[in-house]
Amino acid sequence: MPIVNRLCRLGRQIYGRRTFSTQTAAMKRMNLVSAINNALQIALESNPRSYVFGEDVSFGGVFRCTTGLADKFGKHRVFNTPLCEQGIVGFGIGLAAMGNIAIAEIQFADYIYPAFDQIVNEAAKFRYRSGNQFNCGGLTIRTPYGAVGHGGHYHSQSPEAFFCHVPGIKVVIPRGPSQAKGLLLASIWDPNPVVFFEPKWLYRQAVENVPEDDYILPLSQAEVICTGTDLTVVGWGAQMAILHQACSEGRQAGISCELIDLQTLIPWDKETIEASVKKTGRLLVSHEAPITGGFGAEIAASIAERCFLHLEAPVSRVCGLDTPFPLVFEPYYMPTKNKVLEAIKASVRF
Amino acid sequence: MGWRLPLRTALWTLRGKQPKATADMVRELSHRREVYSAVPCHLHIFPILKRLQSSEPERACSQNMDEEMNDFMGRKVSYSSQMCFIPEESTNSVPCYRLLSTHGDLLDPSSINELDKELCIEMYRKMVTLQVMDTIFYDAQRQGRISFYVTTIGEEAINIGSAAALNATDVVFSQYREPGVLMWRGFTLQQFANQCYGNEYDLGKGRQMPVHYGSNELNYLTVSSPIATQVPQAVGAAYGLKMDKKDACAVTYFGDGGTSEGDFHAGMNFAAVLGAPVLFICRNNGWAISTPTSEQFRSDGVAIKGQAYGVRSIRVDGNDALAVYFAVKNARKMAVEEFRPILIEALTYRVGHHSTSDDSSKYRSVDEIEYWRTRRDPVARLRMFLQSNRWWDDENEDLLRQDLRTQMMSVLHNAESKKKPGLSNLFEDVYDVIPQNLKEQEQETQAIVGKYPKDYPSDVPLD
Repeated sequence: MPIVNRLCRLGRQIYGRRTFSTQTAAMKRMNLVSAINNALQIALESNPRSYVFGEDVSFGGVFRCTTGLADKFGKHRVFNTPLCEQGIVGFGIGLAAMGNIAIAEIQFADYIYPAFDQIVNEAAKFRYRSGNQFNCGGLTIRTPYGAVGHGGHYHSQSPEAFFCHVPGIKVVIPRGPSQAKGLLLASIWDPNPVVFFEPKWLYRQAVENVPEDDYILPLSQAEVICTGTDLTVVGWGAQMAILHQACSEGRQAGISCELIDLQTLIPWDKETIEASVKKTGRLLVSHEAPITGGFGAEIAASIAERCFLHLEAPVSRVCGLDTPFPLVFEPYYMPTKNKVLEAIKASVRF
Repeated sequence: MGWRLPLRTALWTLRGKQPKATADMVRELSHRREVYSAVPCHLHIFPILKRLQSSEPERACSQNMDEEMNDFMGRKVSYSSQMCFIPEESTNSVPCYRLLSTHGDLLDPSSINELDKELCIEMYRKMVTLQVMDTIFYDAQRQGRISFYVTTIGEEAINIGSAAALNATDVVFSQYREPGVLMWRGFTLQQFANQCYGNEYDLGKGRQMPVHYGSNELNYLTVSSPIATQVPQAVGAAYGLKMDKKDACAVTYFGDGGTSEGDFHAGMNFAAVLGAPVLFICRNNGWAISTPTSEQFRSDGVAIKGQAYGVRSIRVDGNDALAVYFAVKNARKMAVEEFRPILIEALTYRVGHHSTSDDSSKYRSVDEIEYWRTRRDPVARLRMFLQSNRWWDDENEDLLRQDLRTQMMSVLHNAESKKKPGLSNLFEDVYDVIPQNLKEQEQETQAIVGKYPKDYPSDVPLD
């Protein structure tokens, strides 16, 4: 499932901490894993008080995202922790509260729940409750999320909506290598705690030219991937590839779709989606997570509120089913291209 | 070997490092469990070792039945053909370090040389201050002037004794029954009152319940209600201090109930594995709201848990300010110089109710409370010690208490008369900057308040 290379658009969006332009930047073929690795390397190089830690990160990580970092930056800056998610996040909060950059890894998003209390009650409220005397803004929690073909219940989940109900943190999900590097660096430097979900299905499948420089992509900014006039399609992460296929097939059927990658789920870029829906009059939101209480509901409700007079069809949601993530039945569970395409057609015909 | 604590303590005794047990202490220990004995459990089972035990206890322990070390990755051990389950409870309870008897007598007279008169007096003054502050705030809550309060009564020695042993640069992560640490560092009575009233001078901007103090200037992280969440955070902070080569440690306080949380386990284990200079100070006061420690854990208290994590540990009499002071002072030194965590279990008793929302006579006897309030009071104990040395007298006492009462009345009145923080403070600091959705919500809130001003508090400025 290759991600379409859209670097011309990328160049427009990128603004660097260091000067960067697409004309002169050196590019390198990277998959999602090496883009993440590259971002972590830049983070560790740029700030001597930055740390990378979690379960099995020292030898390179179970997905190889931290390969070579311990050798290069030392066992005290890139290290394994005991197997305990609440400990990893609590530790990261304390490290960040002392002014350090703490980049924690939770091995699978499915296992982030033991740290839910630390994220929701502690990290998210740290600045607010202290009257801005203390903060843990240096904390970034990276975690692989989403379907992978055979992950079953606990290697497939997309728990982003749980975190989108929490004021005080940011939730970011990239769709490919270039976005992953830019958004991860933005998350690391952002003065707020960030939960950064990495689409593990794309770790090795998504390959593209990625700028070798140090750059960031802005948070809370959606990206319009292709413009259209009939329908706005919104998604994030691995689902973008599915939506892209569905939009291409929709176009062949004469439907002009505007595809938008939300990128940051909270605080989210309402304005870009609103402007698009005011133009197209229709909205489809799609995500892997179960439909009920999913973040699609928030987008649907907000847009219905803001674009009521512009909507020509009900907002459509194509999402995972309201079941635990199944093993054998994954092809039926997933919001596949066929489901999306049918919903696109139904919306336009409404 | 996982069973070395009794031996280590036995060695202390042999080397004369432990104060000699007084009749009082023995009585107290025997109340808890059997009197401490120096023979480790398995030595009863292996007679050959028992023979060695008197002369070379440590060697006896390490040279077990079989010289051949096996190659299990989980642990290097020696084998035994004897099936020996480690008993669930040691016959030898971890002893409780104490310097002052209940009547304020110095149990190890030689330690008088290490005592600084001025420091002892200052510790006492702060313990009294804490007591007076608690009494008056408690009454203020009963009168409906503040919404909530938690007293520290009975635990003044842990608060002040430990605070006095730390450096000002040490970073404190507390639970909520440790305002004395903040007080020792210079937080004023007015600042305490401002927080409890949530007025415009509250550093926390009126957002948290009373008693959730915090001060960046004084290296005291803002208190939060969730139990034990601060424990692994303190470990992270300590790791940062180590890496920054700071001459400082992190200190985290929690109660006996807090040790049942997963975060206690996480913190202890992380600290040991990552070599973090952090002090874990447990206030074992016997109660977690209505839950006695017998329903909290079945171990020999908390101190025993340290060894299982590879954390050096000690148990102290939490009603003895001097014992707490010396234990924490030494723990701090080891933590900072050797990059290691230390666990300190301070035994005490929660004399006050859990909070102003609790009536503790529903689950424990009034006699029990009275006994601890009148006969085991840590403040009275230190006073007896000071007075017996002629470092303090009744006149000093009266002056101090009178002065504190006047001060408290004044700070209460001050805090009460101040405005609340402006409404914009509701929306700020959720993030470093206010995001668009919150800007909109602020405008909507202002519009509603503008339309129905009578339905909203008059003391919150609309900015």
